[in-house]
Amino acid sequence: MTAPVIGVLALQGDVREHVTALTGAGAQARPVRRPAELDAVDGLVIPGGESTTISKLVDIFEMREPIDKRIAAGMPVYGSCAGMIMLATEVLDGRPDQRGFDGIEMTVRRNAFGRQVDSFEAPVEVTGITGGPLHAVFIRAPWVERVGDTVEVLGTVTDGPAAGRIVAVRRDNLLATSFHPELTGDLRLHAYFVDLVRAAG
Amino acid sequence: MSETTSPNASATPVVGTARVKRGMAEMLKGGVIMDVVTPEQAKIAEDAGAVAVMALERVPADIRAQGGVSRMSDPDMIDGIIEAVSIPVMAKARIGHFVEAQILQSLGVDYVDESEVLTPADYANHIDKWAFTVPFVCGATNLGEALRRITEGAAMIRSKGEAGTGDVSNATTHMRKIRQEIRRLQTLPADELFVAAKELQAPYELVKEIAETGKLPVVLFTAGGIATPADAAMMMQLGAEGVFVGSGIFKSGNPAQRAAAIVKATTFHDDPDVLAKVSRGLGEAMVGINVDDIPQPHRLADRGW
Repeated sequence: MTAPVIGVLALQGDVREHVTALTGAGAQARPVRRPAELDAVDGLVIPGGESTTISKLVDIFEMREPIDKRIAAGMPVYGSCAGMIMLATEVLDGRPDQRGFDGIEMTVRRNAFGRQVDSFEAPVEVTGITGGPLHAVFIRAPWVERVGDTVEVLGTVTDGPAAGRIVAVRRDNLLATSFHPELTGDLRLHAYFVDLVRAAG
Repeated sequence: MSETTSPNASATPVVGTARVKRGMAEMLKGGVIMDVVTPEQAKIAEDAGAVAVMALERVPADIRAQGGVSRMSDPDMIDGIIEAVSIPVMAKARIGHFVEAQILQSLGVDYVDESEVLTPADYANHIDKWAFTVPFVCGATNLGEALRRITEGAAMIRSKGEAGTGDVSNATTHMRKIRQEIRRLQTLPADELFVAAKELQAPYELVKEIAETGKLPVVLFTAGGIATPADAAMMMQLGAEGVFVGSGIFKSGNPAQRAAAIVKATTFHDDPDVLAKVSRGLGEAMVGINVDDIPQPHRLADRGW
């Protein structure tokens, strides 16, 4: 099997962790900051970070239109945490000027679980991932409040005050999680995305 | 993060783990954290693309100019800043002042900076940071100091520099020192790591881990004296994973523009064309003081050990 080339949007955030996880999952991973670098990848990861900052830098460095175009053309994209926010068509509790890509038809609430003292770890079952629940790390994380008809819910929180909240979704080649599999050393979600990129290519 | 790899077996969510504390700092990487003293400044910082703000009563340049004992900020002021922005809010506690840290945790700040910029409250002990749910960032001038802070529970390290000067020379010294000492550990044979740990006054297990991985187990930012986009980019090229800017923004001629320029320079720290572009037309930088002109007892970086 050939290794698909997957970029990690490297404007701000935990880029290195995603590069490491993607490499471990069998992809050729590289940071992407410029339109020409985007042209050379088969799929893209939008990492965890600060979504207001990433949104701003996407515009300043003219990455919005090229990424929207590639998404429209079917390029697989995976967003974790801030990346999920960047893939949402509607964001609550964000900045008024904050704008994501033309991604997944869903409403995402930013910092929905609370401030950093409320950040937590918990197991989450994700549809399509075998071998037991993922150990999910939520850091000032968003959740999904509404999904469009074409969006598949892959995972929800099972216990605690936020039980039932949607934290993993997919629409065609677009995948998003509220949590950070790149921080755990468990490569199953990245492998799932690498397979998705391979199938699309 | 070797000590945090065992997930809990139950489905119950767990807060305050080393992984969520250190992970929070991972999310700030490649970003700029700006000192602010009012909600208005916090908004300017957020507008400029800051990944977080540091709420404090006086920026280091004013602390230096006005003297006196410098303490945790007024809770009302911190609340005002938390209300004003949606990005993470950090705040400073005095070295060793665990009650200031308890108060900051209760206010809901996202990170506590146990900071040499404030007057130390304890000249022997730093705060036991494992006892808190809120994560801590601490300053360090060298690897041993960084490892002692991590041992006490710091989830993020920043090299110290000399705050409130606009003089970047100490920031470069401390960052180079930390990185040199890490590289040195990587060259040592296993049987010399025991003595290396003794010399660094740091736990052997942590020293061994760094010798193997070539990096700290937590994120390493830079701080102290950064005043221009070029300063920020240089520190990133020297190995910082992100930048704290204190007095450099709001003591300059055009804070909004300078803040935005430093954000861009941090992301494109390795692209001189971008750096040249963002360095134009920023107006006056903060006036600054040469570190050499500051008498030893007034140097903030020497606080903490």
